[in-house]
Amino acid sequence: MHNFEFVKPSSIADAALALSGEGAQPLSGGQTLLPTMKQRLAAPEVLVSLTGIAEMQGVCTGDGGLHIGAATPHVVVAREAASHFPALAALAGGIGDPAVRNRGTIGGSVANNDPAACYPAAVLASGAVVVTNRRKIEADDYFQGMFTTALEEGEFITSVVFPIPQKAAYVKFNQPASRFALTAVFVAKFDGGVRVAVTGASNNGVFRWAEAEAALSADFAASAIAGLTVPDTDMISDLHGSAAYRANLVKVLTGRAVTAAR
Amino acid sequence: MTEVTMTVNGKSVSAQAEGRTLLVNYLREGLGLTGTHVGCDTSQCGACVVHVDGKAVKSCTVFAMDVAGAQVLTIEGMANADGSLGVVQQAFQDHHGLQCGFCTPGMVMTTAALLADNPRPTEAEVRHELEGNICRCTGYHNIVKAVLAASGQDAGAMAAE
Repeated sequence: MHNFEFVKPSSIADAALALSGEGAQPLSGGQTLLPTMKQRLAAPEVLVSLTGIAEMQGVCTGDGGLHIGAATPHVVVAREAASHFPALAALAGGIGDPAVRNRGTIGGSVANNDPAACYPAAVLASGAVVVTNRRKIEADDYFQGMFTTALEEGEFITSVVFPIPQKAAYVKFNQPASRFALTAVFVAKFDGGVRVAVTGASNNGVFRWAEAEAALSADFAASAIAGLTVPDTDMISDLHGSAAYRANLVKVLTGRAVTAAR
Repeated sequence: MTEVTMTVNGKSVSAQAEGRTLLVNYLREGLGLTGTHVGCDTSQCGACVVHVDGKAVKSCTVFAMDVAGAQVLTIEGMANADGSLGVVQQAFQDHHGLQCGFCTPGMVMTTAALLADNPRPTEAEVRHELEGNICRCTGYHNIVKAVLAASGQDAGAMAAE
């Protein structure tokens, strides 16, 4: 790993200042960034740790739903979101393993937008708002393809605000070695309709399955999507599963999520 | 290089570190505490698990500077004050929960964190909570027995596999 200057500010304002410099990059829990730096796929000159900022920690209810500080580790979301948004808490409790959940954060996951990460599916299916040090970004505008987001240079996530659905579930088909999603689906039922977000499947990262949303908004039952098929164009194909296999998983897991939703 | 201070196994310690110094290297090379092992160095295997402020973490995937000032507990801090084996360590010995022993420091630390949160886990919970610790000798069955025994439960009742 190349060396760098390490700084750990204690406020959002100080972090923004530190990140305005040339070659600076934010560090959250580091469960993806450290392995990436070891491989020299990232080589920041200045690393700005966001885990010492109290105003970016914790889970609370407020305007617009459930507010989760970006530097809140998965283990805390799994515990503290459980009574408000059980599907989100269950998702957080299923990421990686216990040691990864003690360090990894929601902000880090959403900022990285790994095509097989869990949180992007929850953010997109819930129609959550990604709050940064500069602005608020709707989930539909935020995710822009594999490892690509609306975040600009020097911009970092400070919290994520989740509208709380009437019913929701996340069903993940584990890639057994990495514990990332081979494919996973988050289904969220709101007053105004159903949203379905898929992770782990597409070369373009997390996406909404519009046909299923329409069918499930009319009839929230697994049988409502029985006649639909998911095209395998643009699906990820690797030694763990072909594009056709993942396309089939999208439908199967969507059905399971609808049945499991509570 | 910068002087980084933290509390390790109850003692305030300092050692030189760069920004890129991993917690595991700070412990092993800076402090000479080589009980914490580096297995995969990619946060998959769990041989390097230590506790930071009471939470199990993979010390190969944490920068030392990021946990400056923290309370760190390593395998060297798990024995009793008189030098005899702690409860978890003794259970691993009693139930032959180790073969080559390389993964054992991480297994013991993960087990201690698990039992602090959940003092009487079921067998299924033990297997789930040990997901991030890989035993290359594949001695998982006896490890699970050791964890159940360390929690005061009858490991003999566990079905053989």
